[in-house]
Amino acid sequence: MGDLDPGLDLSLWSGWYKFGKTQGRQRLMSTAGSPPATQTIDGLQIEILTRGNGKPLLFLHPELGLDPSAAVVDRLASGARLVAPSHPGFGRSEVTKSLTTVDDLAYFYLDLIEALDLRGAALVGVSFGAWIAAEIAIKSTARLSHLVLADAVGIKVSDRETRDIPDIFAMTDGQFAELAYADPAIGKIDYTAKPEAELKIVARNREATARYAWSPYLHDPKLKGRLHRIRIPTLVLWGDKDRLTAPDYGRAYAAAIPGARFELIGACGHFPHIEQPEAFARTVLGFIGGSK
Amino acid sequence: MKVFHFTEQAYAPAWNDHDGSLRVNLPNRKCDPKIAADNYHRWYDEWALADELGLDIMVNEHHQTATCTSSACVITLAILARETKRARLLVLGYPIGHRPDPLRCAEELSTIDVISRGRLEMGFVKGVPYEVPVANTNPVFLMDRFWEAHDFILKAMTSHDGPFNWEGEHFHYRHVNVWPRPYQEPHPPVWVTTGSGSQARRLGECGYVMATLGSGYATKGLYDAYRQGYVSKGRPMPGADRFAYLGLVAVASTEDEARRRAEHVAGYVRTSGIVYPPFRNPPGFLSADDNAKLLKAGKPPARTFTKDGRAVDMRTGSVQDLIDAAIMFAGTPDQVYRQLVDFCEWVGGMGNLLMMGQAGFLSHADTVDSLTLFAREVLPRLKEYKQPTPAAIAAA
Repeated sequence: MGDLDPGLDLSLWSGWYKFGKTQGRQRLMSTAGSPPATQTIDGLQIEILTRGNGKPLLFLHPELGLDPSAAVVDRLASGARLVAPSHPGFGRSEVTKSLTTVDDLAYFYLDLIEALDLRGAALVGVSFGAWIAAEIAIKSTARLSHLVLADAVGIKVSDRETRDIPDIFAMTDGQFAELAYADPAIGKIDYTAKPEAELKIVARNREATARYAWSPYLHDPKLKGRLHRIRIPTLVLWGDKDRLTAPDYGRAYAAAIPGARFELIGACGHFPHIEQPEAFARTVLGFIGGSK
Repeated sequence: MKVFHFTEQAYAPAWNDHDGSLRVNLPNRKCDPKIAADNYHRWYDEWALADELGLDIMVNEHHQTATCTSSACVITLAILARETKRARLLVLGYPIGHRPDPLRCAEELSTIDVISRGRLEMGFVKGVPYEVPVANTNPVFLMDRFWEAHDFILKAMTSHDGPFNWEGEHFHYRHVNVWPRPYQEPHPPVWVTTGSGSQARRLGECGYVMATLGSGYATKGLYDAYRQGYVSKGRPMPGADRFAYLGLVAVASTEDEARRRAEHVAGYVRTSGIVYPPFRNPPGFLSADDNAKLLKAGKPPARTFTKDGRAVDMRTGSVQDLIDAAIMFAGTPDQVYRQLVDFCEWVGGMGNLLMMGQAGFLSHADTVDSLTLFAREVLPRLKEYKQPTPAAIAAA
């Protein structure tokens, strides 16, 4: 009858936040890094992980959020000054009612780039983060030197009855892991063993993804027609085993950006920074001219 | 007490022919329109009988499901507005947060109120989680949309001096001037369902009729939250007419026969939750805090309890369990009367029984007999029954 559901049950995707065993060991070993600090951007308390020295590298995390202890953090920070915020509504970052689209996030990040006075920065995004990066770059590249879009979502390629991206809001944990990782075991997580504070972040990340990407589903119908405005060196980087957004989707992305290079990462699914952090960081740093 | 006869209008044959999901994605080839036509006509016959018997009527709406083939509640209401003579017509409810066009909702409901000569009871609902993938409303903003649609519909129904303008967060209109305006002044009574304490308090502040389903003996906490909200606005304690409860009901002249019918009616709670799991909890439908607790627990918390605190799973509980948990009221007329009064006393007064008098495979003949017995032997006593007084509730 109303809003009550006798069968209410759980269905959250595994891998939403990286808690794998490997990751846990690395977390214990990772003593160099400092935790994310909080900074006010556009009136919102935003958590920002900053690490390393040199050329600024603004990293935009995917729908899973960002695990500060992930191996990729130190790998990227070895050749650049890594600046990795949690998007508004993700992680521990605040969000406000007026932020409802990826277009809003792009303007938010243009403000953040100015607030942090980033200049000549490399902009690197994965999946949902790459969509934000593309929306930023069509608006202004004045403070950007390079763009890296890894396994990006955000454009519409196929016809109206063909989903470019399987419906991640209509699949089980196991199905998500099968599609998202070359090795689906990475996506198997026992949530009941995690502290509630970490699970709240899992829930926030999932809700925030829906906030910005529910409909049109994981894309902006106008983005593809605006990608031609990106005039900085662009690398479109793709997991060769990405079954969420197939490599051909990535090739269509690259084809719409003048001069963009398309490159595959081997034995890798939709989240190369998680599944192949070494190769991901090496390729990114090589492309943006950071030291290694 | 008012009693509203209700059926979910299930397409029961599909209950035995599905692949783990009765909602959203069950192919409609499993629906034989000839059977569906027979179903609709018998339910309208039963509502007509309810009208004659002195019962009121409730209808609802769900989408893409064999559990409920009422996908457009205003169609049902429109037919009943013309075919019935005296019954109050409660829709509980209209999922206004999912509607793309609340102006259309205001027009539909006003027209139904006029055709029925002021018999509409206007229930607004958020909708169960599995309505989300069908409507494709962003679940994160669903309650915002709900309340904006609510504000807009009431404004449209109560503005009589020419067009007004609306530029909200979710809806935009330039010249709003609904014809016809509603029959009832200032507008048909508003009802809302809830299962949450914070929402119950808000509904109390509004003074609306609050309905709950499946809350059993945990209902009192929700009613108490409502009462707190109600009196916080400077009003005396609310009467029993502010509270509604959905109960599954089966009556017969013998207990054995009533139990046989109750097994059929219980089919509703046993099938209602059969849904492909990913559709059960869309992101943002629950708060992040609640979702964190669910993840930690690995399963949803028990929600339905007996008087002595025993949890009852509505999907698997026996008829006796369901009776013990006040989900179901079943037996001879005497037994059903006593069960209902006992529940009213426990919760501190409940003035509107939403009576699921038909469900699933309960036949037309059984339904007619059960309704008739209820109307002749239970309803008159419920009308006489003195609900707990506000003073007694305040003292409790």
